[in-house]
Amino acid sequence: MLPRWVSRAAVWVPLAAAALWVLVLARNTSAGPAIREPGEFVVTLLDGVTFAGLLFVVASGFTLIFGLMRTVNMAHGSLFLGAAYVAHEIQTNMVGKDANIDARDVSLLAWILPLLAAGAVVALLGLLMQQLLLRWNQGQDLRQALITLAISVIAADQLLAHFGGVAQPLKWPGAVTHFFEIVGERYATSRLFMLGVALLVGALLWLWLNRTRMGMVIRAGVDDQEMVRALGINITLVFAITFVVGSFLAGVGGVLGGSFAGSVAPGVDGAWLLNSLVVVIIGGLGSVKGAVAGSLLYGMVVALSPAYLPAGYTYYSVIFTFALLAVVLAVRPAGLYGRVE
Amino acid sequence: MSPTGAAPGRAQSRRTLRRLLSARNVVVAAATALALLLPLFGSNFFVEFVMTRTMILGIAAATIVFLAAYGGMVSLAQYLLAGVAGFMVGNAVVAQDAWSKGLKLGWNPWVAVLFALAVTTAVAFVLGALASRTTGIYFLMITLTYAVIGYYVFGSITPLSGFGGITGIDPPGLFEDHPQRMYLALVVLSVLVYVAFRVLAVTPFGLALQGIRDDPVRMASLGFNVSLHRTLAFTLAGFTAGLAGVFNVWWNGQIDPTSISIGPTLDLLIVAVIGGTLSLEGAWLGAFVFVAANNYLRNLPLVDHIGITEARFNTIVGVLVLLIMILSPDGLAGIIDRIRLGLRRLVHLSRGSGAGPAEAAAGSKP
Repeated sequence: MLPRWVSRAAVWVPLAAAALWVLVLARNTSAGPAIREPGEFVVTLLDGVTFAGLLFVVASGFTLIFGLMRTVNMAHGSLFLGAAYVAHEIQTNMVGKDANIDARDVSLLAWILPLLAAGAVVALLGLLMQQLLLRWNQGQDLRQALITLAISVIAADQLLAHFGGVAQPLKWPGAVTHFFEIVGERYATSRLFMLGVALLVGALLWLWLNRTRMGMVIRAGVDDQEMVRALGINITLVFAITFVVGSFLAGVGGVLGGSFAGSVAPGVDGAWLLNSLVVVIIGGLGSVKGAVAGSLLYGMVVALSPAYLPAGYTYYSVIFTFALLAVVLAVRPAGLYGRVE
Repeated sequence: MSPTGAAPGRAQSRRTLRRLLSARNVVVAAATALALLLPLFGSNFFVEFVMTRTMILGIAAATIVFLAAYGGMVSLAQYLLAGVAGFMVGNAVVAQDAWSKGLKLGWNPWVAVLFALAVTTAVAFVLGALASRTTGIYFLMITLTYAVIGYYVFGSITPLSGFGGITGIDPPGLFEDHPQRMYLALVVLSVLVYVAFRVLAVTPFGLALQGIRDDPVRMASLGFNVSLHRTLAFTLAGFTAGLAGVFNVWWNGQIDPTSISIGPTLDLLIVAVIGGTLSLEGAWLGAFVFVAANNYLRNLPLVDHIGITEARFNTIVGVLVLLIMILSPDGLAGIIDRIRLGLRRLVHLSRGSGAGPAEAAAGSKP
């Protein structure tokens, strides 16, 4: 263990330096010092928070499944990508255009219906995967990780074979694609809409976990699975439901992420598996609270680092993702809200 | 059981152990001899392509096996570390006037190798130190995250490489235009790595590492620095993966971030899984199966009919891993072990009802 003052310094010194830099010193960056360019600063913060919303939707499903079943679902990114493709198929059919879909063509229904349908499809796929491949080796976490990894390889290849390497369109509904003014800057409504959906998902998840009997069983199962089983609760059913919900969240995240990017393309599955992993490693595997904290921290780093790096050096922003991970791992190896086992 | 009854039993088990060990060694030695003689009778394609790639992947996969078998850590960062070495070689050797990305330092290739290995070892030490306080599934996740971040690091930091990668990396004169020499060097290196890992297992460090794998809390209370041992093991594995990475970049002549992305990272894990993550020899066996499947599967007559072509190779690999993980998590080595066990049981049964001559002779030795 590191001495306490070292771990404190490891957190506060970089934070203070970053704050000083962003507030006063950041000349010659794309955003400029926050005291001179408050609008840019607010917009960057909003970027961070809205992206954190998307991160939370995806990572909460990942962490929920792990928290209860100790299954690291490496196919989480594949469920994300699969849902985005399903939504793309339904949306193009509903709009009646193959390419060049404009957000104005997309009615609210032509977004919500694909969202729910895609979520349902991958929830079903997740359930199938859990029942056929993961149910009987419960507890062998490495084996399960490798099984889901194999599934993600197969899924990526099959999706590539079916949808091709070219990006396919997926659009927000026209009703949310406006701009509004904030501190002198234009900002996209769709990003706030994404945050709204994320907040709704988070609220429903909180209600489900904290205000229902099923949620109580799940929280108890996270703490002590054997005890829950011994109390005569059908934990196999709870496992299946949790997997359905976790996969559904990956699907919702996939549709949000696809609409956010405007298109669906191969390779997104790996990127979003990474995003989920970073969030849960920071926040602590298995903790929904940790997923919130991890999403916010990671979202902020993703938004702030390119904006406040000197022009010409913005490509170093990926280093900051690693730095965030390194600091958290050095101070709390199990993540912010993780439990050491 | 009385002491007089136990002693012969123990002696017998010790003899069995010795016989098993030597059998293992004989097979490995025979395989090595075969690999060294291969250029005499193998086709150029087989030696310079299939087997060279097998050796490179085998060494890299052996580092996964080493960490998993002795340290209880399944690492997905080994291909990244090989890639770090490759990128460093590329940055160092490509000449200033060449049409390529990177730092273009134009160094002597052997100096570049030292530089690449030093950087790789340092990177492995830092990454290992950060990950070493976790094990099992957490370690797997953290190293996977390293691998993906590494991809973006080399992809987005254009002075180092950029997504286009570094091209025109020539091996040193010793290997340039001498692919057979490179193959033989790789065989020798494979043997060195294999022997080194096996010897390491019985050194105090290796024994402590295995103790930590089995019971970190007890080892910590005995005064061993658990995370330091893990970090050093990871550093050593990183150095070795760096060796494989140097040969890999010499062999390819180029390197780009896609070649260390999540796909190849999983491929390497798959190589280790095919061979069995607990068997050192399995690394090379798995590498051979993987490379051979990659190269020859498309030649099978039926393959085209079921619509599995070379382009869908990843599906085949995925299904293969899925099957292995479902049937035998210990990989091919586990399957072989199981067959051997089954055979021995059969022999045992037949010996009960009148022994076979060979078994009887072996069994009757004092």
